[in-house]
Amino acid sequence: MSSQDIPEENLPSTQDEVHGGAVTTKVADPFADPGMPPHEHRIQDIDERAAKRSERAVAFLFLLSMLATVGFIASYVTLPVDKIIYVFPIGHISALNFSLGLTLGVALFCIGAGAVHWARTLMSDVEVADERHAIAAEPEVKAKVMADFREGAEESAIGRRPLIRRTMFGALALLPLSGVVLLRDLGPLPGTKLRKTAWSEGKMLVNQNTLQPLRPEDIQVGSLTFAMPEGMKEEDHDFQKEIAKAALMIVRLQPDNIKDKRELDWSVDGIVAFSKICTHVGCPISLYEQQTHHVLCPCHQSTFDLSDGGRVIFGPAGHALPQLRIKVNDKGYLEAMGDFAEPVGPAYWERG
Amino acid sequence: MKKLSARRRHPLAAVVVLLFALAVTGGLYAAFAPADTAKADDTAQSLAIEEGKKLYSVGCASCHGTGGQGTTDGPSLVGVGAAAVDFQVATGRMPLQQQGAQAPRKKAIYDQAEIDQLAAYIASLGAGPSVPSKEQYSPDGADIAKGGELFRTNCAQCHNFTGKGGALSNGKYAPTLEDIDPKHIYEAMQTGPQNMPSFPDTTMSEKNKKDIIAYLDTVNSSKAESPGGLELGGLGPVSEGLFAWIFGLGALIAAAIWVACRTAKAKKS
Amino acid sequence: MSTTTDNRRKAPAGERVADWADGRLGIYTLAKANMRKIFPDHWSFMLGEVCLYSFIIIILTGVYLTLFFHPSMNEVVYHGPYVPMQGMRMSEAFASTLNISFDVRGGLLIRQIHHWAALIFLAAMFVHMMRVFFTGAFRKPREVNWLFGFLLFVLGMFTGFTGYSLPDDLLSGTGVRFMEGAILSVPIIGTYISMFLFGGEFPGSDFVPRFFSIHVLLLPGIMLGLLVAHLILVVYHKHTQYPGPGRTEKNVVGMPLMPVYMAKAGGFFFLVFGIIAAIAAIASINPIWAIGPYRPDQVSTGAQPDWYMGFAEGLIRVMPGWEINLWGHTLVLGVFIPLVIFPLVLGAIAVYPFIESWVTGDKREHHLLDRPRNHPTRTAFGAAWIAAYFVMLVGGGNDLWATHFHLSINAITWFVRIGFFVIPALVFIATRRMCMGLQRRDKDKVLHGRESGIIKRLPHGEFVEVHEPLSQEELHTLTSHEQPRPLELGPEVDENGVKRKITGSEKLRVKLSKGFYGEGTQIAKPTAEEYQEITSGHGHH
Repeated sequence: MSSQDIPEENLPSTQDEVHGGAVTTKVADPFADPGMPPHEHRIQDIDERAAKRSERAVAFLFLLSMLATVGFIASYVTLPVDKIIYVFPIGHISALNFSLGLTLGVALFCIGAGAVHWARTLMSDVEVADERHAIAAEPEVKAKVMADFREGAEESAIGRRPLIRRTMFGALALLPLSGVVLLRDLGPLPGTKLRKTAWSEGKMLVNQNTLQPLRPEDIQVGSLTFAMPEGMKEEDHDFQKEIAKAALMIVRLQPDNIKDKRELDWSVDGIVAFSKICTHVGCPISLYEQQTHHVLCPCHQSTFDLSDGGRVIFGPAGHALPQLRIKVNDKGYLEAMGDFAEPVGPAYWERG
Repeated sequence: MKKLSARRRHPLAAVVVLLFALAVTGGLYAAFAPADTAKADDTAQSLAIEEGKKLYSVGCASCHGTGGQGTTDGPSLVGVGAAAVDFQVATGRMPLQQQGAQAPRKKAIYDQAEIDQLAAYIASLGAGPSVPSKEQYSPDGADIAKGGELFRTNCAQCHNFTGKGGALSNGKYAPTLEDIDPKHIYEAMQTGPQNMPSFPDTTMSEKNKKDIIAYLDTVNSSKAESPGGLELGGLGPVSEGLFAWIFGLGALIAAAIWVACRTAKAKKS
Repeated sequence: MSTTTDNRRKAPAGERVADWADGRLGIYTLAKANMRKIFPDHWSFMLGEVCLYSFIIIILTGVYLTLFFHPSMNEVVYHGPYVPMQGMRMSEAFASTLNISFDVRGGLLIRQIHHWAALIFLAAMFVHMMRVFFTGAFRKPREVNWLFGFLLFVLGMFTGFTGYSLPDDLLSGTGVRFMEGAILSVPIIGTYISMFLFGGEFPGSDFVPRFFSIHVLLLPGIMLGLLVAHLILVVYHKHTQYPGPGRTEKNVVGMPLMPVYMAKAGGFFFLVFGIIAAIAAIASINPIWAIGPYRPDQVSTGAQPDWYMGFAEGLIRVMPGWEINLWGHTLVLGVFIPLVIFPLVLGAIAVYPFIESWVTGDKREHHLLDRPRNHPTRTAFGAAWIAAYFVMLVGGGNDLWATHFHLSINAITWFVRIGFFVIPALVFIATRRMCMGLQRRDKDKVLHGRESGIIKRLPHGEFVEVHEPLSQEELHTLTSHEQPRPLELGPEVDENGVKRKITGSEKLRVKLSKGFYGEGTQIAKPTAEEYQEITSGHGHH
């Protein structure tokens, strides 16, 4: 409605004059439901040329879909699977993935667009009202059902023969236990598995990069090194399970920067070895900031202070990082003086 | 104008105004943000430039002390070696513009000859890693797959799977490694700039470093392949989720609106 | 007899097939009730269809993927075409995923469609659920269907999580490790569940095949059942509709299934599939070759789950690290509390319909939808819930917020810790006030018409704005809603003069009801008298 169409009498200040004193009582309820508005015709309903245009548009979309499917098959057959092309602005991408995806997308989309355009422009758009019926049953129906049920229950005699009833419930309640018992062999019992790692007294610290045992002079202040116990190999069938507990990170601090007495005792000239497994939920932490001596976990941001016994200084971890006690053996290599003193990784009920 | 004022109260007017305001805010931000840095570069450029020690005493001594012994504002440079100087100055991290959580990468203000002079001076203060030679850091002939494994063990925890960078504590961060000169990557591993730990040759061999550089060259440069399509920043599920919500669900809702909206009527109201 | 055989011979083939089927399945009776069933048209009613269609797409592409995927954790050495992985040790699951991505033609596309459709499926369920919530479509008789939908959302989350873990890549493996840590935190039985789930210590060599059968069989099976029930109930209840002229609680206004809705809904399936296929052509998702095979001692920064688990990730990230050690046992509250809050927050939205119907005491069926503004307390609760959800999503991505907005990760974590409690409360208050403001605006619009923006100068120099009166259709739409009145405590003595005991729950109910609908929670809607008085000019100004 354009501005000129607004009748004069709707201007607020002129209303008084128009209606004057002779106010007629209006229809009882101005908010009453006027009922469904009359159906208005679309262009296509009254103009056959417009309808024809719609028809052609729908057919064109279906045709486009056919072409796209042909394109899909053609690209499947002609494009090698490893061909990389540069498409601006996407980047260097697989030609096959791109063309298959786009042709499939167009083939599908055009069918949809065609069907919807057909429905919107050429099928009847007269709105129809459908009656609803109450979901709940009529009282007579309910009465009949209740009566039937009572009769059935009566005939089964379940109410009168408690022995049958109770033993039946007992049997049904016990039966699922068989299913529960069957689950027992899903895995072993925990035992003390989570307390032990592959570290033990005399095992040398092997550098994970070079696979050579580490000597104290290899490790500089400010450096970060990852080690595994001597004898562990990537090919071992239990490598994953063992490295999940044994992963070790080694840093060197100035000995007078170490605040924790036990940490200092367990170190070699400022070289300290901590578990790489976060005590929160077990991510390998190792975001080591060499100036602050903090390590951060990339998963949940627990922060530990490696100059203060691996104490937690931020985040959701509940206890300090376990430290591995190390010494230099007579050949000049670093070796463990035993397993970790406490379980590594996330806390659990039996940890204590 | 009359048309505009008539539509002022249109139900969609608020939406239009909001979009306009957002566009203006974004435009202003885009217009002013880079302008600021350009200005900063200019003032930095105006620093006097001389040779070696002279360069040092003008550009570095105020924080690192006149003899490189360090002050409360900057660490000692005795024994950091030429590699550290080359990395810090050539990537523009030094001289520092202002004290902050960490020194950001920016345009280098010294040219390579001046950097070499500075490096020679610092190296004379105490022995340290020297600037690597081309064959040390060149990715040719290295083992890319081994480099990937080494990268995931030693580097990905801070720099992300493909070197897109990540957050550290209290506003510090590991920068992106995209299109960084292999020489600087090598130097960073060797010297451990700022809060990055070092990976000296004794624990990470020259060959290891070369492998890592070769891996980065393959997966993280502007020519890196991303067979599946847009990389979405290489950040993992967060950017994928945002994409699914904004473009995926957005497109589907737009389609739903088209399917359900009323077809144009013949009679103009 | 002969005439009937003649007739049958003349019937067209289609009809004869239909006759055959009818004699065995009774399809004519079914079709009679449903062929011209009416569905109302509104874009927000199609969000559920987006969910349905993306679910179908996921099943189709998922079946294809099972043809090539090896759910096994046996170690193999990779010798395929992707150079940066050659010679790497990896599980067969990871190797076969590489194979799907690099050797199977179109395999990468199907993988990407599968994963994108999963993200969109969950997002669409979330939005669909919010549409139902804010319009009050969960009211009687649809409470059960609301629960079905909610269960589908929750199961969808876990189906997604198990599927995401199958390729055994470094990122998903980190997610599984997190799950193991969370399970370990459960008091008393945690270690046992973990050992049983992983067949021993983490990671073991069992979880991929086990997650595989959960992902492709158990959870989708349950979801399919729920989905069918959900749809049957939608058809049985008939769709809700927005208020408007001619629309009542007793009818449903729209277009018939055959042909309009068949074309629209059927066409929409192709639109959804087409859009998702195009997205999979353009944008990469979960590029496992860049992530690498899982090793428990490796990790990457930015380790996040898919978005639908981001809320749980946020809870776990911002929780302080509380741990209690007593009598040789450890209570890992830092992990266990988030594990408990997670279902509680999700459950809060699920039980809301039952709380609302208890508070209102309304036992009637509702088929006309509410405009969110007309139920300020419900709308405010929903907005507060979404706020809590999104605050936690921010928490789940705190590291990326830190790097991309140059903030401190510690500051964001503290913001989320406080925000989880404060922001929903603020959003609740603000939303309620906004709803009231909108109600007031509706009232003004009804009584004074729409402000047209045309300023007119009157002969004596005064400027006034022209108000366009609303049509009766609009007047009806804006005033047809009900305004519930708060419950009152009944009389203390019953009709026999005996003192009645007022229970605590009754008092609580009245109190809640006051909070929901009492003073200051809604603007009285305009009455016919007010309208007539103003439009007739009496008492104006």
